[in-house]
Amino acid sequence: MTTTTPRDPAAPLPEDADQWTAKARGALLERLPAEKLLPDRQPAYLSSAIYLFGALTLAALVIVMATGGVLALEGPTWWHVSSTGLFVNSLHLWSVEAMFFFMVIHLWGKFFMAAWRGNRQLTWMTGAVTFATSIGAAFTGYVSQTNFDSQWISTQAKDGINSTGIGAFFNVLNFGQMLMWHIVLLPLVVGLLTGLHLLMVRRRGIVPPFALDANGKVSRDVEVEQ
Amino acid sequence: MSRVRRFNPDRDVSPWKGPLRPYDLLKEVTVAFRVVAVLVVGLAVLFGSPDEKAVTIKSWSSANAVDFATTAITELDGTSATATYGPPYNATPDASQKIGPISLQKIAGVHQPVNTTQDFVLGPLTTIAPQNPTLTGALATFRSADDKQKADWEAAYETSVAKAEWMNGVLVVPPGAYGPVATMISSLTSMAQSGALDTSMVDQAHFYGTNYTKSLLFVADGTYLEGLATSQHLGGDQWGMMNETGSFPGQAWLWAYTMWYQVWPFNGPWSANADVLVWALMMVLTLALIFVPYLPGLRSIPRWTRVYRIIWREHYRSSKV
Repeated sequence: MTTTTPRDPAAPLPEDADQWTAKARGALLERLPAEKLLPDRQPAYLSSAIYLFGALTLAALVIVMATGGVLALEGPTWWHVSSTGLFVNSLHLWSVEAMFFFMVIHLWGKFFMAAWRGNRQLTWMTGAVTFATSIGAAFTGYVSQTNFDSQWISTQAKDGINSTGIGAFFNVLNFGQMLMWHIVLLPLVVGLLTGLHLLMVRRRGIVPPFALDANGKVSRDVEVEQ
Repeated sequence: MSRVRRFNPDRDVSPWKGPLRPYDLLKEVTVAFRVVAVLVVGLAVLFGSPDEKAVTIKSWSSANAVDFATTAITELDGTSATATYGPPYNATPDASQKIGPISLQKIAGVHQPVNTTQDFVLGPLTTIAPQNPTLTGALATFRSADDKQKADWEAAYETSVAKAEWMNGVLVVPPGAYGPVATMISSLTSMAQSGALDTSMVDQAHFYGTNYTKSLLFVADGTYLEGLATSQHLGGDQWGMMNETGSFPGQAWLWAYTMWYQVWPFNGPWSANADVLVWALMMVLTLALIFVPYLPGLRSIPRWTRVYRIIWREHYRSSKV
Protein backbone atom coordinates (compact mmCIF):
# COMPACT_ATOMS: atom_id res chain seq x y z
CA MET A 1 0.00 0.00 0.00
CA THR A 2 1.34 3.44 -0.85
CA THR A 3 0.54 6.57 1.13
CA THR A 4 0.70 10.18 -0.02
CA THR A 5 1.08 13.28 2.11
CA PRO A 6 -2.14 15.31 1.95
CA ARG A 7 -1.56 18.40 -0.20
CA ASP A 8 -2.35 21.87 1.17
CA PRO A 9 -5.30 22.82 -1.07
CA ALA A 10 -4.15 26.44 -1.02
CA ALA A 11 -0.63 25.58 -2.18
CA PRO A 12 -0.08 25.48 -5.96
CA LEU A 13 1.28 22.45 -7.74
CA PRO A 14 5.02 22.87 -8.40
CA GLU A 15 4.45 23.42 -12.12
CA ASP A 16 1.93 26.22 -11.34
CA ALA A 17 4.11 28.09 -8.85
CA ASP A 18 4.86 30.88 -11.34
CA GLN A 19 1.21 31.59 -12.07
CA TRP A 20 0.04 35.11 -11.20
CA THR A 21 -3.10 33.65 -9.68
CA ALA A 22 -1.16 31.15 -7.57
CA LYS A 23 1.25 33.85 -6.41
CA ALA A 24 -1.61 36.23 -5.55
CA ARG A 25 -3.36 33.48 -3.56
CA GLY A 26 -0.15 32.69 -1.72
CA ALA A 27 0.51 36.33 -0.88
CA LEU A 28 -3.09 36.84 0.24
CA LEU A 29 -3.15 33.78 2.45
CA GLU A 30 0.20 34.65 3.96
CA ARG A 31 -1.02 38.12 4.94
CA LEU A 32 -4.57 37.16 5.80
CA PRO A 33 -4.81 33.57 6.99
CA ALA A 34 -8.29 32.44 7.99
CA GLU A 35 -7.61 32.84 11.71
CA LYS A 36 -6.80 36.52 11.13
CA LEU A 37 -9.62 37.17 8.68
CA LEU A 38 -12.30 35.62 10.90
CA PRO A 39 -10.77 35.34 14.37
CA ASP A 40 -12.54 33.57 17.24
CA ARG A 41 -10.11 34.79 19.92
CA GLN A 42 -8.72 38.25 20.59
CA PRO A 43 -6.24 39.72 23.09
CA ALA A 44 -7.67 40.13 26.58
CA TYR A 45 -7.20 43.94 26.55
CA LEU A 46 -10.00 44.22 24.00
CA SER A 47 -12.68 44.74 26.62
CA SER A 48 -13.77 48.39 26.40
CA ALA A 49 -17.08 49.63 24.98
CA ILE A 50 -15.10 51.94 22.69
CA TYR A 51 -14.30 48.90 20.53
CA LEU A 52 -17.96 48.57 19.59
CA PHE A 53 -18.06 51.79 17.62
CA GLY A 54 -16.27 50.41 14.58
CA ALA A 55 -18.89 47.67 14.24
CA LEU A 56 -21.69 50.19 14.89
CA THR A 57 -20.32 52.45 12.15
CA LEU A 58 -20.19 49.53 9.74
CA ALA A 59 -23.75 48.50 10.65
CA ALA A 60 -25.01 52.05 10.05
CA LEU A 61 -23.17 52.17 6.70
CA VAL A 62 -24.96 48.99 5.60
CA ILE A 63 -28.32 50.60 6.44
CA VAL A 64 -27.30 53.81 4.63
CA MET A 65 -26.45 51.82 1.50
CA ALA A 66 -29.61 49.68 1.71
CA THR A 67 -32.01 52.59 2.22
CA GLY A 68 -30.22 54.62 -0.44
CA GLY A 69 -30.68 51.64 -2.76
CA VAL A 70 -34.44 51.60 -2.09
CA LEU A 71 -34.64 55.36 -2.79
CA ALA A 72 -32.72 54.76 -6.03
CA LEU A 73 -35.26 52.13 -7.10
CA GLU A 74 -38.00 54.74 -7.28
CA GLY A 75 -36.01 57.82 -8.28
CA PRO A 76 -34.86 61.07 -6.66
CA THR A 77 -38.26 62.75 -6.20
CA TRP A 78 -40.31 59.72 -5.09
CA TRP A 79 -39.96 60.53 -1.42
CA HIS A 80 -41.70 63.90 -1.88
CA VAL A 81 -44.93 62.28 -3.07
CA SER A 82 -45.09 58.97 -1.23
CA SER A 83 -45.46 58.35 2.49
CA THR A 84 -43.47 55.13 2.06
CA GLY A 85 -40.79 57.11 0.26
CA LEU A 86 -40.72 59.70 3.03
CA PHE A 87 -40.24 56.93 5.61
CA VAL A 88 -37.41 55.37 3.60
CA ASN A 89 -35.84 58.81 3.31
CA SER A 90 -36.15 59.19 7.10
CA LEU A 91 -34.38 55.84 7.56
CA HIS A 92 -31.68 57.05 5.16
CA LEU A 93 -31.28 60.36 7.01
CA TRP A 94 -31.10 58.84 10.49
CA SER A 95 -28.76 56.06 9.46
CA VAL A 96 -26.42 58.74 8.09
CA GLU A 97 -26.67 60.70 11.33
CA ALA A 98 -26.02 57.50 13.31
CA MET A 99 -23.10 56.55 11.08
CA PHE A 100 -21.35 59.89 11.61
CA PHE A 101 -22.05 59.79 15.34
CA PHE A 102 -20.50 56.33 15.66
CA MET A 103 -17.69 57.11 13.22
CA VAL A 104 -16.60 60.24 15.08
CA ILE A 105 -16.50 58.35 18.41
CA HIS A 106 -14.63 55.50 16.69
CA LEU A 107 -12.14 57.99 15.25
CA TRP A 108 -11.49 59.78 18.53
CA GLY A 109 -11.29 56.47 20.38
CA LYS A 110 -8.66 55.23 17.95
CA PHE A 111 -6.83 58.56 18.17
CA PHE A 112 -6.52 58.32 21.94
CA MET A 113 -5.34 54.71 21.59
CA ALA A 114 -2.69 55.94 19.12
CA ALA A 115 -4.03 53.12 16.98
CA TRP A 116 -1.45 53.75 14.22
CA ARG A 117 1.31 52.21 16.35
CA GLY A 118 2.95 48.99 15.28
CA ASN A 119 2.83 49.45 11.49
CA ARG A 120 -0.84 50.35 11.53
CA GLN A 121 -0.34 53.72 9.81
CA LEU A 122 -2.26 52.67 6.69
CA THR A 123 -5.14 51.41 8.81
CA TRP A 124 -5.42 54.86 10.39
CA MET A 125 -4.98 56.66 7.06
CA THR A 126 -7.63 54.65 5.19
CA GLY A 127 -9.99 55.32 8.08
CA ALA A 128 -9.31 59.06 8.01
CA VAL A 129 -9.74 59.23 4.23
CA THR A 130 -12.97 57.24 4.51
CA PHE A 131 -14.21 59.79 7.05
CA ALA A 132 -13.38 62.69 4.70
CA THR A 133 -14.97 60.91 1.73
CA SER A 134 -18.09 60.18 3.77
CA ILE A 135 -18.45 63.92 4.42
CA GLY A 136 -18.44 64.45 0.64
CA ALA A 137 -20.94 61.64 0.14
CA ALA A 138 -23.30 63.10 2.75
CA PHE A 139 -22.90 66.61 1.37
CA THR A 140 -23.82 65.55 -2.18
CA GLY A 141 -26.86 63.84 -0.68
CA TYR A 142 -27.93 67.01 1.08
CA VAL A 143 -27.71 69.01 -2.17
CA SER A 144 -29.59 66.30 -4.11
CA GLN A 145 -32.74 66.39 -1.96
CA THR A 146 -34.62 68.51 -4.54
CA ASN A 147 -36.21 70.66 -1.85
CA PHE A 148 -35.57 73.92 0.01
CA ASP A 149 -32.71 72.47 2.05
CA SER A 150 -30.83 71.43 -1.07
CA GLN A 151 -31.40 74.86 -2.64
CA TRP A 152 -30.08 76.71 0.37
CA ILE A 153 -27.17 74.39 1.11
CA SER A 154 -25.99 74.35 -2.51
CA THR A 155 -26.22 78.12 -3.00
CA GLN A 156 -24.31 78.64 0.25
CA ALA A 157 -21.71 75.95 -0.40
CA LYS A 158 -20.92 77.10 -3.93
CA ASP A 159 -18.88 80.07 -2.69
CA GLY A 160 -16.42 77.93 -0.73
CA ILE A 161 -15.99 75.39 -3.49
CA ASN A 162 -15.81 77.99 -6.26
CA SER A 163 -13.14 79.93 -4.34
CA THR A 164 -10.79 76.93 -4.57
CA GLY A 165 -11.26 76.53 -8.32
CA ILE A 166 -12.83 73.09 -7.77
CA GLY A 167 -16.24 74.60 -8.45
CA ALA A 168 -15.29 74.96 -12.10
CA PHE A 169 -15.54 71.17 -12.40
CA PHE A 170 -17.64 70.16 -9.39
CA ASN A 171 -20.78 72.28 -9.73
CA VAL A 172 -22.88 71.98 -6.58
CA LEU A 173 -25.78 73.74 -8.34
CA ASN A 174 -25.93 71.02 -11.00
CA PHE A 175 -28.44 68.54 -9.59
CA GLY A 176 -27.66 65.83 -12.15
CA GLN A 177 -23.93 65.96 -11.45
CA MET A 178 -24.38 65.95 -7.67
CA LEU A 179 -26.82 63.03 -7.76
CA MET A 180 -24.37 60.95 -9.80
CA TRP A 181 -21.57 61.70 -7.32
CA HIS A 182 -23.90 60.83 -4.46
CA ILE A 183 -25.28 57.54 -5.71
CA VAL A 184 -22.39 56.18 -7.82
CA LEU A 185 -18.92 57.64 -7.36
CA LEU A 186 -18.70 58.45 -3.66
CA PRO A 187 -20.48 55.30 -2.38
CA LEU A 188 -18.08 53.29 -4.53
CA VAL A 189 -15.07 55.02 -2.97
CA VAL A 190 -16.48 54.79 0.57
CA GLY A 191 -17.27 51.11 0.03
CA LEU A 192 -13.81 50.29 -1.34
CA LEU A 193 -12.02 52.25 1.39
CA THR A 194 -14.13 50.64 4.10
CA GLY A 195 -13.27 47.20 2.70
CA LEU A 196 -9.57 48.06 2.64
CA HIS A 197 -9.75 49.49 6.15
CA LEU A 198 -11.40 46.31 7.47
CA LEU A 199 -8.83 44.07 5.77
CA MET A 200 -6.02 46.13 7.29
CA VAL A 201 -7.61 45.89 10.73
CA ARG A 202 -7.81 42.12 10.35
CA ARG A 203 -4.26 41.84 9.05
CA ARG A 204 -2.54 43.98 11.69
CA GLY A 205 -4.92 43.22 14.53
CA ILE A 206 -6.08 45.59 17.27
CA VAL A 207 -3.39 47.87 18.64
CA PRO A 208 -2.08 46.79 22.09
CA PRO A 209 -2.14 49.18 25.06
CA PHE A 210 0.84 51.37 25.84
CA ALA A 211 3.33 49.28 27.80
CA LEU A 212 3.91 50.81 31.24
CA ASP A 213 6.99 50.46 33.42
CA ALA A 214 7.06 49.76 37.16
CA ASN A 215 6.37 53.45 37.85
CA GLY A 216 3.28 53.47 35.68
CA LYS A 217 4.95 55.52 32.95
CA VAL A 218 4.97 54.62 29.26
CA SER A 219 7.93 52.33 28.81
CA ARG A 220 10.57 52.83 26.13
CA ASP A 221 12.66 49.82 27.03
CA VAL A 222 10.73 47.12 25.24
CA GLU A 223 10.98 44.85 22.24
CA VAL A 224 9.61 46.31 19.00
CA GLU A 225 6.92 44.41 17.10
CA GLN A 226 7.60 44.46 13.33
CA MET B 1 9.85 38.68 13.42
CA SER B 2 11.25 41.13 15.89
CA ARG B 3 14.43 43.06 16.27
CA VAL B 4 15.79 45.57 18.71
CA ARG B 5 15.81 49.22 17.77
CA ARG B 6 15.22 52.53 19.48
CA PHE B 7 11.66 52.24 20.74
CA ASN B 8 9.29 55.12 20.08
CA PRO B 9 6.10 54.64 22.12
CA ASP B 10 4.14 56.88 19.71
CA ARG B 11 5.07 54.69 16.75
CA ASP B 12 5.95 51.22 18.02
CA VAL B 13 4.29 48.55 20.11
CA SER B 14 5.66 45.57 21.96
CA PRO B 15 4.19 42.25 20.81
CA TRP B 16 1.25 41.07 22.88
CA LYS B 17 2.21 38.04 24.95
CA GLY B 18 -0.76 38.13 27.30
CA PRO B 19 -3.86 35.96 27.31
CA LEU B 20 -6.46 35.72 24.56
CA ARG B 21 -10.18 35.50 25.15
CA PRO B 22 -13.07 34.14 23.08
CA TYR B 23 -14.39 36.74 20.68
CA ASP B 24 -17.24 36.10 18.23
CA LEU B 25 -16.66 38.74 15.55
CA LEU B 26 -19.65 37.89 13.35
CA LYS B 27 -21.97 37.80 16.35
CA GLU B 28 -20.75 41.24 17.42
CA VAL B 29 -21.37 42.68 13.96
CA THR B 30 -24.82 41.08 13.79
CA VAL B 31 -25.81 42.42 17.21
CA ALA B 32 -24.45 45.86 16.24
CA PHE B 33 -26.56 45.77 13.08
CA ARG B 34 -29.71 44.91 15.03
CA VAL B 35 -29.08 47.66 17.58
CA VAL B 36 -28.49 50.27 14.88
CA ALA B 37 -31.49 49.08 12.87
CA VAL B 38 -33.79 49.44 15.87
CA LEU B 39 -32.29 52.86 16.68
CA VAL B 40 -32.70 54.13 13.11
CA VAL B 41 -36.26 52.83 12.74
CA GLY B 42 -37.13 54.41 16.07
CA LEU B 43 -35.69 57.78 15.11
CA ALA B 44 -37.38 57.64 11.69
CA VAL B 45 -40.77 56.85 13.25
CA LEU B 46 -40.39 59.48 15.97
CA PHE B 47 -38.93 62.35 13.97
CA GLY B 48 -39.27 61.56 10.23
CA SER B 49 -37.27 63.83 7.95
CA PRO B 50 -37.69 67.45 6.87
CA ASP B 51 -39.03 68.21 3.41
CA GLU B 52 -39.64 71.92 2.92
CA LYS B 53 -40.84 72.54 -0.63
CA ALA B 54 -38.34 74.03 -3.03
CA VAL B 55 -38.67 77.71 -3.88
CA THR B 56 -39.49 78.11 -7.56
CA ILE B 57 -39.16 81.31 -9.54
CA LYS B 58 -42.94 81.13 -9.79
CA SER B 59 -43.44 80.89 -6.02
CA TRP B 60 -40.84 83.60 -5.38
CA SER B 61 -42.30 86.09 -7.87
CA SER B 62 -45.83 85.35 -6.70
CA ALA B 63 -44.95 85.78 -3.01
CA ASN B 64 -42.82 88.89 -3.50
CA ALA B 65 -43.09 90.41 -6.96
CA VAL B 66 -41.19 93.54 -5.91
CA ASP B 67 -38.19 91.52 -4.74
CA PHE B 68 -38.28 89.59 -7.99
CA ALA B 69 -38.43 92.78 -10.10
CA THR B 70 -35.70 94.40 -7.97
CA THR B 71 -33.49 91.38 -8.63
CA ALA B 72 -34.42 91.18 -12.31
CA ILE B 73 -33.27 94.73 -13.05
CA THR B 74 -29.87 93.97 -11.48
CA GLU B 75 -29.60 90.91 -13.72
CA LEU B 76 -30.41 93.11 -16.73
CA ASP B 77 -27.93 95.86 -15.88
CA GLY B 78 -25.21 93.44 -14.73
CA THR B 79 -24.95 94.52 -11.09
CA SER B 80 -26.39 91.42 -9.39
CA ALA B 81 -24.29 89.08 -7.23
CA THR B 82 -24.18 86.54 -10.06
CA ALA B 83 -23.38 89.11 -12.75
CA THR B 84 -20.38 90.33 -10.74
CA TYR B 85 -19.38 86.92 -9.29
CA GLY B 86 -16.33 86.08 -11.37
CA PRO B 87 -15.23 82.49 -12.15
CA PRO B 88 -16.67 79.95 -12.75
CA TYR B 89 -19.63 82.01 -14.05
CA ASN B 90 -18.01 85.03 -15.69
CA ALA B 91 -14.73 86.90 -15.93
CA THR B 92 -15.52 89.92 -13.74
CA PRO B 93 -12.14 91.53 -12.93
CA ASP B 94 -10.89 91.34 -9.32
CA ALA B 95 -13.89 89.30 -8.19
CA SER B 96 -11.97 86.11 -7.42
CA GLN B 97 -10.84 85.21 -3.92
CA LYS B 98 -7.12 84.90 -3.27
CA ILE B 99 -4.59 83.28 -0.98
CA GLY B 100 -1.94 85.99 -0.93
CA PRO B 101 -1.31 86.78 -4.61
CA ILE B 102 -2.73 83.47 -5.92
CA SER B 103 -6.31 83.06 -7.11
CA LEU B 104 -7.14 79.40 -7.71
CA GLN B 105 -10.64 80.52 -8.69
CA LYS B 106 -9.23 82.62 -11.51
CA ILE B 107 -6.74 79.95 -12.59
CA ALA B 108 -9.58 77.40 -12.95
CA GLY B 109 -11.43 79.90 -15.12
CA VAL B 110 -14.98 80.26 -16.43
CA HIS B 111 -16.51 76.78 -16.82
CA GLN B 112 -20.23 77.46 -16.34
CA PRO B 113 -20.64 80.70 -18.28
CA VAL B 114 -23.58 82.83 -17.14
CA ASN B 115 -24.53 86.08 -18.85
CA THR B 116 -27.32 87.35 -16.62
CA THR B 117 -28.51 90.00 -19.09
CA GLN B 118 -29.04 87.45 -21.82
CA ASP B 119 -29.70 84.24 -19.83
CA PHE B 120 -31.96 85.65 -17.12
CA VAL B 121 -33.80 88.47 -18.91
CA LEU B 122 -33.46 88.97 -22.68
CA GLY B 123 -33.36 85.29 -23.61
CA PRO B 124 -36.53 84.28 -21.71
CA LEU B 125 -38.38 87.43 -22.85
CA THR B 126 -37.53 86.65 -26.48
CA THR B 127 -39.33 83.30 -26.16
CA ILE B 128 -42.64 84.98 -25.19
CA ALA B 129 -42.33 88.11 -27.34
CA PRO B 130 -44.14 86.63 -30.38
CA GLN B 131 -47.35 86.50 -28.34
CA ASN B 132 -46.91 90.04 -27.00
CA PRO B 133 -46.53 92.92 -29.53
CA THR B 134 -45.87 95.49 -26.77
CA LEU B 135 -42.99 93.40 -25.46
CA THR B 136 -41.70 92.84 -29.01
CA GLY B 137 -41.55 96.62 -29.47
CA ALA B 138 -39.89 97.14 -26.09
CA LEU B 139 -37.21 94.58 -26.85
CA ALA B 140 -36.55 96.14 -30.25
CA THR B 141 -36.23 99.60 -28.66
CA PHE B 142 -33.89 98.29 -25.97
CA ARG B 143 -31.66 96.44 -28.41
CA SER B 144 -31.35 99.40 -30.76
CA ALA B 145 -30.44 101.85 -27.97
CA ASP B 146 -26.82 102.74 -27.26
CA ASP B 147 -25.14 101.62 -24.04
CA LYS B 148 -25.51 104.97 -22.29
CA GLN B 149 -29.21 105.13 -23.00
CA LYS B 150 -29.66 101.56 -21.72
CA ALA B 151 -27.70 102.40 -18.58
CA ASP B 152 -29.83 105.51 -17.92
CA TRP B 153 -33.10 103.58 -18.26
CA GLU B 154 -31.81 100.77 -16.06
CA ALA B 155 -30.47 103.12 -13.38
CA ALA B 156 -33.72 105.05 -13.24
CA TYR B 157 -35.75 101.85 -12.96
CA GLU B 158 -33.44 100.32 -10.37
CA THR B 159 -33.84 103.41 -8.18
CA SER B 160 -37.63 103.40 -8.43
CA VAL B 161 -38.43 99.69 -8.30
CA ALA B 162 -37.68 99.58 -4.58
CA LYS B 163 -40.76 101.79 -4.15
CA ALA B 164 -42.89 99.66 -6.46
CA GLU B 165 -46.06 97.96 -5.31
CA TRP B 166 -47.88 94.91 -6.50
CA MET B 167 -51.50 95.92 -6.98
CA ASN B 168 -54.29 93.95 -8.63
CA GLY B 169 -51.88 91.68 -10.44
CA VAL B 170 -49.77 94.53 -11.83
CA LEU B 171 -46.34 95.80 -10.79
CA VAL B 172 -46.87 99.53 -10.23
CA VAL B 173 -43.63 101.50 -10.38
CA PRO B 174 -43.57 105.28 -9.73
CA PRO B 175 -43.47 107.20 -13.05
CA GLY B 176 -40.02 107.74 -14.52
CA ALA B 177 -37.83 107.68 -17.63
CA TYR B 178 -37.47 103.91 -17.89
CA GLY B 179 -37.88 103.59 -21.66
CA PRO B 180 -38.73 99.98 -22.54
CA VAL B 181 -37.28 98.60 -19.30
CA ALA B 182 -40.52 98.88 -17.32
CA THR B 183 -42.38 96.82 -19.93
CA MET B 184 -39.57 94.25 -20.03
CA ILE B 185 -39.36 93.73 -16.26
CA SER B 186 -43.13 93.72 -15.91
CA SER B 187 -43.37 91.07 -18.65
CA LEU B 188 -40.60 89.04 -17.02
CA THR B 189 -42.47 89.20 -13.71
CA SER B 190 -45.66 87.96 -15.37
CA MET B 191 -43.68 85.23 -17.10
CA ALA B 192 -42.14 84.24 -13.77
CA GLN B 193 -45.53 84.11 -12.08
CA SER B 194 -46.89 81.85 -14.80
CA GLY B 195 -44.10 79.32 -14.21
CA ALA B 196 -42.74 79.71 -17.73
CA LEU B 197 -39.47 81.24 -16.49
CA ASP B 198 -38.70 78.19 -14.34
CA THR B 199 -38.87 76.00 -17.42
CA SER B 200 -36.85 78.26 -19.68
CA MET B 201 -34.07 78.69 -17.07
CA VAL B 202 -33.15 75.01 -16.75
CA ASP B 203 -29.81 74.68 -18.45
CA GLN B 204 -29.15 72.13 -21.18
CA ALA B 205 -32.80 72.86 -21.87
CA HIS B 206 -33.40 70.00 -24.17
CA PHE B 207 -36.36 67.87 -23.19
CA TYR B 208 -34.49 66.46 -20.17
CA GLY B 209 -32.83 69.07 -17.96
CA THR B 210 -30.94 68.29 -14.77
CA ASN B 211 -28.75 71.38 -14.36
CA TYR B 212 -30.40 74.07 -12.25
CA THR B 213 -27.36 76.34 -11.97
CA LYS B 214 -28.97 79.40 -13.57
CA SER B 215 -32.32 79.04 -11.79
CA LEU B 216 -30.61 78.69 -8.42
CA LEU B 217 -28.30 81.63 -9.05
CA PHE B 218 -31.27 83.81 -10.02
CA VAL B 219 -33.30 82.79 -6.95
CA ALA B 220 -30.28 83.24 -4.66
CA ASP B 221 -29.68 86.76 -6.00
CA GLY B 222 -33.00 87.89 -4.47
CA THR B 223 -33.68 88.40 -0.79
CA TYR B 224 -36.66 86.02 -0.66
CA LEU B 225 -34.68 82.76 -0.39
CA GLU B 226 -32.32 84.22 2.20
CA GLY B 227 -35.24 85.56 4.21
CA LEU B 228 -36.79 82.10 4.37
CA ALA B 229 -33.43 80.57 5.30
CA THR B 230 -32.75 83.12 8.05
CA SER B 231 -36.17 82.52 9.53
CA GLN B 232 -35.23 78.82 9.66
CA HIS B 233 -31.90 79.60 11.41
CA LEU B 234 -29.90 78.73 8.29
CA GLY B 235 -28.10 82.06 7.70
CA GLY B 236 -24.37 82.24 7.18
CA ASP B 237 -23.94 83.83 10.61
CA GLN B 238 -26.14 81.09 12.12
CA TRP B 239 -23.65 78.32 11.26
CA GLY B 240 -25.24 78.26 7.81
CA MET B 241 -25.34 75.19 5.68
CA MET B 242 -24.58 72.63 8.41
CA ASN B 243 -28.14 73.13 9.68
CA GLU B 244 -31.40 71.84 8.29
CA THR B 245 -34.91 73.22 8.33
CA GLY B 246 -36.81 72.43 11.50
CA SER B 247 -34.96 71.03 14.49
CA PHE B 248 -33.07 68.32 12.67
CA PRO B 249 -29.37 67.89 13.40
CA GLY B 250 -28.27 68.52 9.80
CA GLN B 251 -24.63 68.08 8.87
CA ALA B 252 -23.33 68.49 12.40
CA TRP B 253 -19.99 67.01 11.29
CA LEU B 254 -19.36 70.24 9.35
CA TRP B 255 -19.02 72.24 12.58
CA ALA B 256 -15.25 72.39 12.26
CA TYR B 257 -15.68 73.97 8.81
CA THR B 258 -18.50 76.45 9.48
CA MET B 259 -16.98 77.44 12.83
CA TRP B 260 -14.19 79.39 11.14
CA TYR B 261 -16.70 81.70 9.43
CA GLN B 262 -17.95 82.78 12.87
CA VAL B 263 -14.57 83.79 14.30
CA TRP B 264 -11.88 86.40 13.82
CA PRO B 265 -10.04 87.00 11.51
CA PHE B 266 -12.25 85.15 9.00
CA ASN B 267 -15.27 87.26 9.94
CA GLY B 268 -13.13 90.42 10.13
CA PRO B 269 -10.13 91.53 8.14
CA TRP B 270 -9.99 88.31 6.08
CA SER B 271 -13.70 88.20 5.23
CA ALA B 272 -13.19 89.19 1.57
CA ASN B 273 -11.21 85.97 1.02
CA ALA B 274 -12.76 83.98 3.87
CA ASP B 275 -14.03 81.12 1.68
CA VAL B 276 -10.70 80.19 0.15
CA LEU B 277 -8.79 80.78 3.40
CA VAL B 278 -11.17 78.56 5.40
CA TRP B 279 -10.93 75.89 2.72
CA ALA B 280 -7.13 76.09 2.74
CA LEU B 281 -7.12 75.78 6.52
CA MET B 282 -9.48 72.79 6.39
CA MET B 283 -7.30 71.08 3.78
CA VAL B 284 -4.27 71.50 6.06
CA LEU B 285 -6.22 70.16 9.05
CA THR B 286 -7.54 67.21 7.02
CA LEU B 287 -4.04 66.33 5.83
CA ALA B 288 -2.83 66.58 9.42
CA LEU B 289 -5.57 64.15 10.48
CA ILE B 290 -4.63 61.69 7.74
CA PHE B 291 -0.89 61.90 8.41
CA VAL B 292 -1.04 61.97 12.24
CA PRO B 293 1.02 58.74 12.45
CA TYR B 294 3.98 60.57 10.89
CA LEU B 295 3.70 63.92 12.66
CA PRO B 296 5.87 64.22 15.79
CA GLY B 297 4.06 66.11 18.51
CA LEU B 298 0.59 65.43 17.15
CA ARG B 299 1.09 61.68 17.42
CA SER B 300 2.24 62.08 21.04
CA ILE B 301 -1.03 63.69 22.16
CA PRO B 302 -2.63 60.33 23.07
CA ARG B 303 0.32 59.52 25.36
CA TRP B 304 0.34 62.99 26.92
CA THR B 305 -3.42 63.20 27.52
CA ARG B 306 -3.51 59.70 29.10
CA VAL B 307 -7.06 59.06 27.92
CA TYR B 308 -5.76 55.58 27.09
CA ARG B 309 -5.73 54.84 30.83
CA ILE B 310 -9.52 55.10 30.82
CA ILE B 311 -9.89 53.01 27.65
CA TRP B 312 -7.61 50.24 28.89
CA ARG B 313 -8.35 50.62 32.61
CA GLU B 314 -9.33 46.96 32.99
CA HIS B 315 -6.14 45.82 31.31
CA TYR B 316 -3.94 48.01 33.52
CA ARG B 317 -5.89 47.01 36.63
CA SER B 318 -5.56 43.31 35.84
CA SER B 319 -1.85 43.65 35.07
CA LYS B 320 -1.49 45.45 38.44
CA VAL B 321 0.43 48.43 37.21
